[in-house]
Amino acid sequence: MSYGIDTHGGHGTDLAQVEGDPFADPGLPHHTPRRTDIDARAANRAERQVAGLFGLSTILTIGFIVAFVSIDKEDTMYVVGLGTINSLNFALGVTLGGSLLCIGFGAIHWARKLMNAEEIVDYRHPMKSSPEDTADALELAKQGVADSALPRRKLIWTSLIGAMALFPLAPVIALRDLGPLPHKKLRGTLWDKPEHREIVHANDERRLKPSDFALGTMISAKPNDLESLEDLAKAAIVLIKINPQEIRSKELADRGYRGILAYSKICPHAGCPLGLYEDETHHMLCPCHQSTFDLADFGRVVFGPSARNLPTLAITVDDEGFLVAKGGFDEPVGPTFFERGDA
Amino acid sequence: MSTPETPAAPPSPAAKAGAGVATYLDERLGTNAAGKKNLRKVFPEHWSFMLGEIALYSFIILLATGVYLTLFFKPSAQEVTYDGVYAPLRGAHMSEAYASTLDISFEVRGGLLMRQIHHWSALIFVAAIFIHLFRIFFTGAFRKPRELNWLIGNGLLTMALIEGFAGYTIPDDLLSGTGLRIAEAVILSIPVVGTYVQFFLFGGEFPGDDIIPRLFIIHVLLLPGIMLALITVHLMLVVVQKHTQFPGPGRTNENVVGFPLMPVYMAKAGGFFFIVFGVCALLGGIAQINPIWLFGPYYPDQISAGSQPDFYIGFLEGSLRAMPNWETNLFGHSISWNVLVPGLILPGIMMTLLAVYPFIEAWVTGDKREHHLLDRPRDVPVRTAFGAMSIAFYLLLFINGGNDIIGLTFDISINNVTRFTQVALIVVPPIVFVITKRACLGLQRADLNRVLHGKETGIIKRLPNGEFIEVHAPISAEERFSLMQRNTYAPLAAGPATDEEGVPTPGHKVAKVRAKLSKFWYADDMPKPTPEEYAELTAGHGHGDDHGTDVEGHGH
Repeated sequence: MSYGIDTHGGHGTDLAQVEGDPFADPGLPHHTPRRTDIDARAANRAERQVAGLFGLSTILTIGFIVAFVSIDKEDTMYVVGLGTINSLNFALGVTLGGSLLCIGFGAIHWARKLMNAEEIVDYRHPMKSSPEDTADALELAKQGVADSALPRRKLIWTSLIGAMALFPLAPVIALRDLGPLPHKKLRGTLWDKPEHREIVHANDERRLKPSDFALGTMISAKPNDLESLEDLAKAAIVLIKINPQEIRSKELADRGYRGILAYSKICPHAGCPLGLYEDETHHMLCPCHQSTFDLADFGRVVFGPSARNLPTLAITVDDEGFLVAKGGFDEPVGPTFFERGDA
Repeated sequence: MSTPETPAAPPSPAAKAGAGVATYLDERLGTNAAGKKNLRKVFPEHWSFMLGEIALYSFIILLATGVYLTLFFKPSAQEVTYDGVYAPLRGAHMSEAYASTLDISFEVRGGLLMRQIHHWSALIFVAAIFIHLFRIFFTGAFRKPRELNWLIGNGLLTMALIEGFAGYTIPDDLLSGTGLRIAEAVILSIPVVGTYVQFFLFGGEFPGDDIIPRLFIIHVLLLPGIMLALITVHLMLVVVQKHTQFPGPGRTNENVVGFPLMPVYMAKAGGFFFIVFGVCALLGGIAQINPIWLFGPYYPDQISAGSQPDFYIGFLEGSLRAMPNWETNLFGHSISWNVLVPGLILPGIMMTLLAVYPFIEAWVTGDKREHHLLDRPRDVPVRTAFGAMSIAFYLLLFINGGNDIIGLTFDISINNVTRFTQVALIVVPPIVFVITKRACLGLQRADLNRVLHGKETGIIKRLPNGEFIEVHAPISAEERFSLMQRNTYAPLAAGPATDEEGVPTPGHKVAKVRAKLSKFWYADDMPKPTPEEYAELTAGHGHGDDHGTDVEGHGH
């Protein structure tokens, strides 16, 4: 704070000053009185300013109460620079913020203008205890150890360590029912079950037909009769229609139906739902970490942190002409887990 | 805390009442002795000492507004159909947590204000912790005897990040649910136990009904409780060890110069609390934050583009985006480095390095003294350069966390932003290190010049022989003293490899490493002139007008 400031004079009586040492401590600079210290009118003005701020705070708090009871919570208003905003929230925030700020500014103004501004000095003592205290404490500790009879009764010590080491097992084991064991749950999806193979629209749950698709269409879908978000978190798919000639392999085309391909919607990197599909390149982008998958080429990763291709779901149409899954995914969907392996 | 001792003059009614309370408390708690010790406790003054205060005050604001929010928030994943006043979502299926957050925002008068104050002060809380940490780091305030408080501060930072993430998640909006899904992937990536940890934490598969109430209790009780306890210890240690101060005339390692707690710091710190609160309240009134009604309820198959977490999670988002897509599959098991490294290992390394830095520096210095005088960053170039380098690394991750926003704003390909970051993360920090260290050494040299040759006056003098010289004026004794307060260390020597009888010295290899590090740390530092050197340099030019008009190059 007083760094590099030219302050002249200085008493420095409390600090040793080496005779002739140009780097000696010149001691604390003299205190320079403030205007409010020497001019009574300035001091009185400062007092009025502080009181004015505290008074303004009181008024604003009353304003808060008035706003709270008088403004309808659904009213909106236009404020320059903020646009159309909720009137009540704006009024409450401004009055509360203003009243708090006035208290703060008042208190600090008071401290800076009217409180004694002379710095005072306190002395530090080493954190370390004095040798006497250390010796006394050691003596007491020794006495304590001797009184405990431990040095002669090792069995107590050994058994106590064992007991103390083991007892935390009880609360840890009590946490067992926090959740079920994973078993193979992460490996399958609802599509594995024959009664959940109908492909329905993600939003309105109507069954999808090939005629719902034009070239370039992307539709999010899920299996029929979904019961839980856990199932949705794995079974969500996207369906796209690509010109069959642009599908890179016959094998992939065979998994689809006349250019309609189904992919998992869950990014194999961190589980975000995929959302940004570029029709021209057939690239699907994950908005979370930008893994990019080529949907014309088995969901191959073309960019980004995903280590895995996007899993495909083999589809066909049923007797009534609606799209259905042929079976489940060939591999687990979603983020990699330790037991996953290459399968 | 008790009230002051009764004055000798006829006591006012207030003083009498104060004395009465003080006596009542003292007879039961012995508070007068504590008051004697602490009422006039001296705190040094510097703007940077307020940064930690901001963190403390925003924590108090968080507790207050947080308690208010719990009165209305329902931490439940139970599905409900919304029929509140916010028309666009009427009829939508959502969790009770999300519905009650909508109610707080639209139906509880002042609820939106409290939510927004809570969110703003959370951002300010974490930001203030970061800036406070920088102050502590760059001024060396972590040195003995304050290493333990440094560790407590580190713990508080880590918990603040988790606490913030939990609070951001429990409203169960689309944005926060997406963040939770990524957190789930990070947990799943932990080798061996990851899948089990995920099932236990979520009570089964993602998302499940358990995670919202569990995160809620972590957010409102477990973490705030631990943090409150740690903050108390953090502050008690400041009181016990007394605050550090910058060197200056009359300010030494053995004293503390400043203003007393009562009344100056009661007014200043108390006032500052109200200012921080006031700013948060104003922000809550005029600056919309986390408008969860625009994001919609969370469904695991929905997403919006441009999803961004709160700023303090941005560096993790950036590291996930920057990591190459590495994964290892062996014996039917997988390790997804692409999630594990950026999500856990890298932040783990960053936090560990931060925590152990004071101990590394103390070891390299071999300095066992107590330090109560702060360093100026320039006076410890390697530390400052490490700090700047780490900040550069962090900022690169942070910026990459918004690579989509950057790509969109500046019309460049996201892929290129990411590739740039991948290279920059390796190349930029060392460059920042070198530049910072050089800048520090340059500033040290400028300080040395000031001490030995005085300050520039801006006066150019022409000598009778036609030569131009720049007149320098001596600096004050106060400034000279301040500039000479810095620590200088001679690089440690490793000592001989063997003793006189040829027996290898134990620990010699370690000593050699330490000597090398010590050299790296301190060999380039400008030496401090001795009084004799100073006298010699200044004596030649006499005193008075001509002082400091030396022409032998005060090179720049």
